Amino acid sequence: MAARARPLTGVHWAGAVLAALVALGVLAPLGAVLARADWPLALGPADLAAIRFTLLQAALSALVSVVLAVPVARALARRSFRGRAALVTLMGAPFLLPVIVAVLGLLAVFGRAGWLNAAVAAIGLGRIDIYGLHGVVLAHVFLNLPLVVRLILQGWQAIPSERVRLATALGFSARDMLAHFERPLLRAVLPGAFLLVFLICTTSFAVALILGGGPRATTVELAIYQAFRFDFDLGRAAALGLIQVAICLLGGALAFRAIRDQDLGPGLDRPAMVWPGDHALARFGDALAIGVAGLFLVAPMLAVLLKGLPALPDLPPQVWAAALRSIILALASTALAVMMALPIALLAARLARPGLVEGLAFLTIAVSPLVLGTGLFILIRKVADPVALALPVTGLVNALVALPFILRALVPAAMAAEATQGRLADALGLGPMARLRHAILPRLTRPLGFGAGLAAAFSMGDLGVIALFSQPGQGTLPLEMYRLMGAYRTDDAQGAAVVLMVLTLAIFWLFDRGGRLDAATR
Amino acid sequence: MLQLDDVALTQDGFSLSLSAQVETGARVAVLGPSGSGKSTLLALIAGFERPDRGRILWDGVDITDDPVARRPVSILFQDGNLFPHLSVFENVALGLRPDLRLSEADVARVHDSLAQVGLAGFGDRRPATLSGGQQARVGLARLLLRDRPLALLDEPFAALDPGLRADMLAQLAALSQARGLTLIMACHDLRDAERLCDRLWLLENGARVLDLPMAALRGAPVPPILQPWL
Repeated sequence: MAARARPLTGVHWAGAVLAALVALGVLAPLGAVLARADWPLALGPADLAAIRFTLLQAALSALVSVVLAVPVARALARRSFRGRAALVTLMGAPFLLPVIVAVLGLLAVFGRAGWLNAAVAAIGLGRIDIYGLHGVVLAHVFLNLPLVVRLILQGWQAIPSERVRLATALGFSARDMLAHFERPLLRAVLPGAFLLVFLICTTSFAVALILGGGPRATTVELAIYQAFRFDFDLGRAAALGLIQVAICLLGGALAFRAIRDQDLGPGLDRPAMVWPGDHALARFGDALAIGVAGLFLVAPMLAVLLKGLPALPDLPPQVWAAALRSIILALASTALAVMMALPIALLAARLARPGLVEGLAFLTIAVSPLVLGTGLFILIRKVADPVALALPVTGLVNALVALPFILRALVPAAMAAEATQGRLADALGLGPMARLRHAILPRLTRPLGFGAGLAAAFSMGDLGVIALFSQPGQGTLPLEMYRLMGAYRTDDAQGAAVVLMVLTLAIFWLFDRGGRLDAATR
Repeated sequence: MLQLDDVALTQDGFSLSLSAQVETGARVAVLGPSGSGKSTLLALIAGFERPDRGRILWDGVDITDDPVARRPVSILFQDGNLFPHLSVFENVALGLRPDLRLSEADVARVHDSLAQVGLAGFGDRRPATLSGGQQARVGLARLLLRDRPLALLDEPFAALDPGLRADMLAQLAALSQARGLTLIMACHDLRDAERLCDRLWLLENGARVLDLPMAALRGAPVPPILQPWL
């Protein structure tokens, strides 16, 4: 075996131990949930309704996202216009944006006192209500439409330009392009994209917490929270947790290929391609798609800024205290995630086994954050007061959730470095430390910066586990924002949203930028 | 007759400018180093690029602003001539109807064209199952089927080994002679040019530095400027 010739070093063994610990960190809480659940699993009408709603809203959200993404991606692929690069970059923003900020922005546009209702009222029509199923779907489409657009755009940009040139030479019409290019492309991309969004939406918590609720709009994740927080019925929370695991396992198994092939990196700014069979109607349709999608994505973020900025000077001190806690939590959880990810990525690259990483990713997908939180609570309760440990537990769960994203960014780069610079280092007889320092790590700074940025942004904006555990005085900024919204202190909530949005995007930018700066000097 | 009337194009710091004409039925080989403008010249004639100034005429008609598909031109690239998801038959049939709605007569013509390049019976295969030479011949079959009077070839057989290349050039010479095709081929081997063409252009830095009949080279020592192209 080739691996024999190049022995595993300390960092690789550390990777193996950490991978085992990560698996344990997911499986132990799962075991606790299994043991604590009320057996036999008895599903009441409310539980069945939660399952039904979870599947229904996820399917609808995925369907609408996919259907709307097709024209937008097509327009972006074949039109050049001013601001195209900015719009493509903007497509990455909802992925980073804290969910609660996105929801507040959507409320400011589509909510009871929002811009749209003001416009609708002005022309004498009825009100639009954003709560319930359609509100949940609207928020999920806002959050996931850009992801699907990026997935389709990747497929589009993978079309070799020689083939488009050939089609031009043969005089293909718009209909021929549809038959020979677009339909095969969409057939290849859309099922995976649908399943991916479906899977993401089955673990929806924050959106359902704010826009859903009640017997007709409760997801399973939200039901876990309610059983835990309101009824303190751990047995029922654990039983619901198992249902959530079953849903995630099903969705994860279906979407596994799509998740594996998903490319998170930037670099979708290849120029638009000249598309044969173009005509005026197509140009109009593309302009419409770009205009509507741009407005849909920008308006909520703009609303957050416009409504929140004036509230900044008068923000109550607990918002700033929560912001500081959130920054510390995000940094700690990112540090933890990076310390786990780096040795594991190096091990996966050395063994040339990306499957190791996919296995870990699958584990963290199958066990959703709230299930992890419930399990950890059950475990910790035996030895300590879980509520006092709310922030460390949240940091740990955030790190586990972010781990697959960092690994996905790191492993391809680490494998490439092994294959090229690693071989050179071996040929030169570099020792393990020198090899790591000079041959491998320099190649990893960029993906590491990007992955760490994602982890920090997720942790910064996360409203999940912290909501299970917290008590006043130890909340993070998203939780504080949620409390302000619940207390109808809308101005303060909007001000806090601006702080949270700016902090989240800034922390991502700093990490991503840091990785690039370092890479540029080598 | 193809006329390039003071045609010029500047692109990414490189500029090509040329006045030339090609008689109907002539077969011109365009030689030159990479970056000399061979591909740009073909792209201008095919309509993938528009010139900054000047006109392109075919039989006296200005085609400078015509879209690619409406020009009297068919083109064979160095690679990427075939759609991998379509069968050999369909790839050739695209030359008749891009929507692949074929009449019985169309089907017969496609088979006929495949037979002409020695690929009878290969219609159901996918391009990936063919050798490089066979793939090149599929492209050739389509070129014949499209039946446009002006054939443009951009180093079409560069990926083939020398024996196969000679074979393809001989086939192409016979077929184009039989149909009276006007032909312009970019290549980088004087011997290839001799096999197919009756006229030779040499491009350097976007300008034509040599234009002579191939017959002038036969039996005479190769001029020094052409030595690198042997």
